Amino acid sequence: MKKIMVLGSGCAKCSKTAEQLEKLAQELGVEAEVSKQTDPQVIMQYGVMSTPAVVIDDQIVHTGSIPHTEEIKAWLKR
Amino acid sequence: MFEIFTQLADWLTYSMLGLSPQSKLGDAVHFFIEDVSKIYVLLLVMIYVIALLRASLNVERVRDYLQGKNKGVGYLSGAVFGAVTPFCSCSSIPVFLGFTSAGIPVGITMAFLLTSPLINEVAVLLLMGLLGWKITLMYVLIGLTVGILGGAFLDSIGAERWLQDFALKALQNARQRKPAGQVAAAQKLTFAQRHQFAKEEASDIFGRVWKWVIIGVGLGAALHGFVPEGWIAQHLGDGQWWSVPAAVVLGIPLYSNATGVIPVMESLIVNGLPVGTTVAFCMSTVAASFPEFILLKQVMQWRLLATVFALLLVSFTLVGWLLNVVSALM
Repeated sequence: MKKIMVLGSGCAKCSKTAEQLEKLAQELGVEAEVSKQTDPQVIMQYGVMSTPAVVIDDQIVHTGSIPHTEEIKAWLKR
Repeated sequence: MFEIFTQLADWLTYSMLGLSPQSKLGDAVHFFIEDVSKIYVLLLVMIYVIALLRASLNVERVRDYLQGKNKGVGYLSGAVFGAVTPFCSCSSIPVFLGFTSAGIPVGITMAFLLTSPLINEVAVLLLMGLLGWKITLMYVLIGLTVGILGGAFLDSIGAERWLQDFALKALQNARQRKPAGQVAAAQKLTFAQRHQFAKEEASDIFGRVWKWVIIGVGLGAALHGFVPEGWIAQHLGDGQWWSVPAAVVLGIPLYSNATGVIPVMESLIVNGLPVGTTVAFCMSTVAASFPEFILLKQVMQWRLLATVFALLLVSFTLVGWLLNVVSALM
């Protein structure tokens, strides 16, 4: 079970990132729990400045944009 | 170089649509077609070129650079980086906290955040295309000055005590630590990576601003064609002192980004509104907007928020007065 978190202030790009992650996880049959984190204090603790950022099992894998489909697939397959 | 757009507008308005150049409608439609086509081409081409050049610049590198700079250099470079670093306004809070938790003084962080909405590549391109390089240069210098002096002022009144508690704590913790010197290694980008970045950037920015261009130019065209000629010049053309603060106040509830307001600026100036009044109005519309200020509440107490807001309004008014006086002398 992967714990995936999207860090961001709740802008359109962040929601889109979360949707993409959920959709692709389903397609690939990977068990994953996707959540959105909008609390600025938590975002600061991860040291993230460009949102949306993606955190998988407590590791920051991406910051600053909606990730590409290929990238997401690679993370999910790991 | 821009004549081709005038010719395009001539052809579409007068030949294809059969409107008369003397009619109000023909005038407005011509203005609209010329400006929209010019802006779209300019934006697509130039955003791509600029993005190629700055592909490796990001907020993380700016933070590492600003960390531990002395204040004088800090305000200047904070404001300059605010102008050239790409970042989406929805990232302002994480950027504010990222800078703060790296121990960068509030004033330098605010110099960055105040300059950022005022000056960006889209604003500069539009100004160049529509109003010429003199006004562009002036606008950029004013934007930087507001950022630098605003930042310095906030530090001089000890603004950091009005941060929200957790943000202040992060700032103090960072001060106690020795600077980590963890400068993010500049990635070497290949041309293919730069091209990819620039392509995405151009379509992303264009996708965001194209409708603002239509709205802004549409308003400008309406002003151009339908406000009686000479009305603005006659009533506001002498730069009456009260017209500047009035323009600033009028700009607060009007919320737009620079893309939407610059075509309106063009139309106002052409119609005889003094430059100072116009610039004050434009900057107030772009930088003093309630929705974005409310966001900053997450990291600032009301007192600081109100101070920053008042600071912006006062500086835009001063800028407007100064420009009106200077341009009347020239």
